[in-house]
Amino acid sequence: MTVTSLSQREAALHAPRPFGRLVAPHLSGLRAFLLPLGLLLAWQGLSSAGLFPDYLLPAPAAVYGELATLAAKGELVAHIAITFWRVALGFATGALAATLLGALTGYSRTARDYLDPTLQALKAVPSLAWVPLFILWFGIFETSKIALIAVGVFFPVYLNLMSGIQSTDRKLVEVAQVNNLSRIELIRRILIPATLPSYLTGLRSGLALGWMFVIAAELMGASQGLGFLMVDGQMTGRPAIIIGALLLFAVAGKLSDALIAAVGRSLTAWQDGFASSQERANA
Amino acid sequence: MLEIAQVTKAFADGAGVNHTALEQVELSIGEHEIVSLVGTSGCGKSTLLRLVSGLEKPSGGRVLLQGRSVTGPSPAVGMVFQEPRLMPWLIVAENIRLALLDLPRQEQEYRIAEVLEKVGLSGFARALPRQLSGGMAQRVAIARALVRRPSVLLLDEPFSALDSFTRLKLQEHLAELWEQERFTLLLVTHDVEEAVLLSDRVVILRGHPGRVHKILDVELPRPRRRTAAEVQGLKEEIISTLDLS
Ligand SMILES: Nc1ncnc2c1ncn2[C@@H]1O[C@H](COP(=O)(O)OP(=O)(O)OP(=O)(O)O)[C@@H](O)[C@H]1O
Ligand SMILES: [Mg+2]
Repeated sequence: MTVTSLSQREAALHAPRPFGRLVAPHLSGLRAFLLPLGLLLAWQGLSSAGLFPDYLLPAPAAVYGELATLAAKGELVAHIAITFWRVALGFATGALAATLLGALTGYSRTARDYLDPTLQALKAVPSLAWVPLFILWFGIFETSKIALIAVGVFFPVYLNLMSGIQSTDRKLVEVAQVNNLSRIELIRRILIPATLPSYLTGLRSGLALGWMFVIAAELMGASQGLGFLMVDGQMTGRPAIIIGALLLFAVAGKLSDALIAAVGRSLTAWQDGFASSQERANA
Repeated sequence: MLEIAQVTKAFADGAGVNHTALEQVELSIGEHEIVSLVGTSGCGKSTLLRLVSGLEKPSGGRVLLQGRSVTGPSPAVGMVFQEPRLMPWLIVAENIRLALLDLPRQEQEYRIAEVLEKVGLSGFARALPRQLSGGMAQRVAIARALVRRPSVLLLDEPFSALDSFTRLKLQEHLAELWEQERFTLLLVTHDVEEAVLLSDRVVILRGHPGRVHKILDVELPRPRRRTAAEVQGLKEEIISTLDLS
């Protein structure tokens, strides 16, 4: 039946992507740089015109100069590296714990009854309130910082994963039931893909909090890292350093988020939301 | 081959009060028979299908398949829901594979190709559900139910969301599939003409809770013409019975 009309649609399905679609993402990627570039130019222009006092808001060129000097001494890379390392370790620890617990409480009613109320209560404690205890337990060096970041990362990942599993469409789960899927197959073929979008949202919010808490940890006491660099700039009266570190945080945060987003997009390419309708309109 | 004996189904609502959806339903369906269930919205048609599929357990009475009590879903019973219910993240072939996971890989591949051929979607094995039209998606759902070669096929208003032209096509297609496979078919429908065209018997459910009100035999030779006077006559009869409620 209807074989002829179908074969046309089928041909469309296998046709190579139109050229426009391959180019468009790069163009729209460039659009993102226009605003920051414009702001930078305006800032430089206004600074050169002498509108901002140097000791409060130095010109971009001065900021670049400070960073370049630090980079030449090899210090800048070390600061960036240690901050990245802390975020990575804290994020990995927090996300791992959250994934295990969130998967457990999302999947098992019993586990949820036992564990979730306690975790929700812990969530009510502002994460920074853990600092004194962590310093007491783990000392003022790396471990307490990582622990703080891990706590910050934990909750958004945990909550999004748990609620994602629970809100999996019952209608799809029934398909698994009528087809006698085993527990493992249900998890592998239905629960994990259904939960992935909300899990990725959790990971991205968690990462954002990770960057927030690494600054908090480094501001409170560190001898290295971007947060330390800012405190140092403040102590020695060098606003260019503070602003430079701020910009580096923005770049680092954005890059790490883009990494998760890209991995996520490739895993959830099946989604058919507003974004994909815009993509089609552009193609 | 399928016995629905004195089946009652009650649901507890949030406050713990029981609402009876079906009461004392008695129905016996023979091998290769096509039976349609019609009735007003909310009279328990879907519930009855879910009881036969093993997704729900009766509060009273029994559902027997080949003399054995139905305790849960089994490969012998295929079910197509009111919506296609395809996994949006799985391509068509993988959606169909969900029904075959306990078979050897080679057998899976062979059956997927075979059933896609049968529903006229051979070229779409690698398409994602979002790339399918509504009628194509519903055909994938039917393929997923048929690929297990069930002896009973349950269809819950499978074509109700489709435009009338696609619906006519798929009704013909279903009749063809039945000629080939000879499954026992229990079909819920809102479309009285569809019921008369396809089935050997039409069961009219009525009331809250739903009960079997009337069973009509459709003793017309196949293939049946939509416009035949007998078809239209039976259609009128059923509609007037439904109107009385
Ligand atoms: N899971 C459930 N929990 C509580 N009540 C339910 C549940 N499923 C069905 N019911 C109730 O059972 C009755 C019959 O529902 P059912 O879905 O079987 O009707 P239906 O005949 O299929 O209607 P429609 O033609 O609109 O699909 C309704 O009153 C409904 O509220
Ligand atoms: Mg229904």
